[in-house]
Amino acid sequence: MHRAEAIAPPRDRRWALLRRAARARLAPFGATVVLLAVMVALAAPLLAPYDPLAQNLGNTLARPGRANLLGTDNVGRDVLSRVIWGTRVSLVAGLVAVAIAVVVGSLLGIVAGYCGGRVDGLVMRLMDAVLSFPPLVLALALGAVLGAGLTGVLIALGVVYTPTFARLMRGQVLTISARDYVEAARALGAPGWRVAWRHVVPNAANPIIVQASLSVAFAILAEASLSFLGLGIQPPQASWGSMINAGRGYLQQAPWIVFGPGAALFVTVVGLNFVGDAVRDALDPRTRA
Amino acid sequence: MGRLVLRRLGATVPVLILVTAGVFALLHLTPGDPIDVMMAESVDATVKENLRRELGLDRPLYVQYAAWMGRLLRGDLGRSIRNGEPVIESVSRRLRPSLELALLAMTVSLVIAVPVGLLCAVRRNTPIDRAGATFAVFGICMPNFLLALLLIFFFGVTLRWLPVSGYTDPLAEGWNGLRSLVLPAVTLGLALAAVVTRTLRSSVLEALTEDYVRTARAKGLSEWRVIRAHVLKNALIPVVTVLGLQLGTLIGGAVITEYVFALPGVGRLVVDAVFARDYPLVQGVVLLIAVGFILSNLVVDVLYGWIDPRIRSR
Repeated sequence: MHRAEAIAPPRDRRWALLRRAARARLAPFGATVVLLAVMVALAAPLLAPYDPLAQNLGNTLARPGRANLLGTDNVGRDVLSRVIWGTRVSLVAGLVAVAIAVVVGSLLGIVAGYCGGRVDGLVMRLMDAVLSFPPLVLALALGAVLGAGLTGVLIALGVVYTPTFARLMRGQVLTISARDYVEAARALGAPGWRVAWRHVVPNAANPIIVQASLSVAFAILAEASLSFLGLGIQPPQASWGSMINAGRGYLQQAPWIVFGPGAALFVTVVGLNFVGDAVRDALDPRTRA
Repeated sequence: MGRLVLRRLGATVPVLILVTAGVFALLHLTPGDPIDVMMAESVDATVKENLRRELGLDRPLYVQYAAWMGRLLRGDLGRSIRNGEPVIESVSRRLRPSLELALLAMTVSLVIAVPVGLLCAVRRNTPIDRAGATFAVFGICMPNFLLALLLIFFFGVTLRWLPVSGYTDPLAEGWNGLRSLVLPAVTLGLALAAVVTRTLRSSVLEALTEDYVRTARAKGLSEWRVIRAHVLKNALIPVVTVLGLQLGTLIGGAVITEYVFALPGVGRLVVDAVFARDYPLVQGVVLLIAVGFILSNLVVDVLYGWIDPRIRSR
């Protein structure tokens, strides 16, 4: 951190970080895509030209045109309207799954780092065990036992991403606990939870924020993969992964059923990745020149 | 070296025990009665009761776990409730297509990533480097099921150059077999190539600043010789680490790739078992995949110690 920023009041410091994040070459593109996706998700009922579930059997597999900008699917539903509504599912899945992982992982990391000894050993071996499963296979197995649907997928992805945050937080707790200001707080008689909440957590936040911003894109990809396999949101509700799966049988006659949601998914993930990279560049001292 | 292997093996044991406990718990995480979830309502109550007894679900949890572990240690991973086939046989029958796919995908990724990564580093900040960076972003952000469908659309449906699904054994059918694996291998290999390209580019850039490279140049070696003999050899070490770290992604990717291309591999077996709610089969296959994943990581760790002597001494 630059000296001037280090002594600046918190609000100025936040602006300085934001300015630094915005200077990353591809950040403006990423931020625009993410903002657009958020706006589309929020305003889906206003933006969607048709009801995403309304079938029109007289207008199936229609090519993209003025009436249906991205064409229609095999039961005559408007692909654009379904892509717009699918944005909600993807963003909610990405954000909630990562939020679950951040909260649970951070708590476990704090407990492990703070208690040390057997508790630390047990928590970390548990995390190692979760990491021993290929992520998608674990999510698939958990999704299978929890049942198809968004809730099962969110819990499954939350579990998959938890160890990353637990490890990260534990490392931060161990480093920060050895600092003088933590020692001083302890010496003044502050209880353990207060030291953790007031001194350790705020100082450990940066790497967690960086990892969370990078994880959202991958959580969205994972949700789309599970929906593609049939475990996410169930038809007829719209989600990008399930739309792509439904469209693959019509790849020859109506490729737009696949490529509409496919393009939305790809562009959103690229945008989130650029934003994640920019956040990392702004917050991670190792990547700063 | 032997000590390194022993140390790594020792660290693996508690993790393996927790993994078995996790896989065992899978069946008990199902909301409601697992037997009711696995079997239709119309199935006779006696049949359900027999399955409950066969799976040991009528006994206390710790007894079930001990019995399950006992069977595991004897190599018995249980049987599919759909066709009664032992899990180990189902998996071994489907192992070959999966291994062939993984090997080909790894080859595709290295064939693309090594020259691209090297070229990007040597021609740093040029249009070639930027094209390489764009390729890396594309590979990392592109969902593999979408890439698979794009490849099927262009090379299978439009150009009709390659088969769009199904599997022919390359060891038995030669070229035809290889053709059936080209699109799946490219699908799976491209994401890996993107990650390896990024890693190799930065490790080559780092190696180019080392003293031994300056010495090699001062000796009058040609630039190509410097890169081949000194830079690339050292720059490939992080690539081994990355390949190890990407194993999980590779296996997950294989599940989807096998599903899209209808390859009869282990990944497809998992998806089929999940949808058939064949929990003993899901448990067995997931456990085998996890153990395979842990052992592969162990091999990568040991391999890393072998190629980089600094690791051994830690």
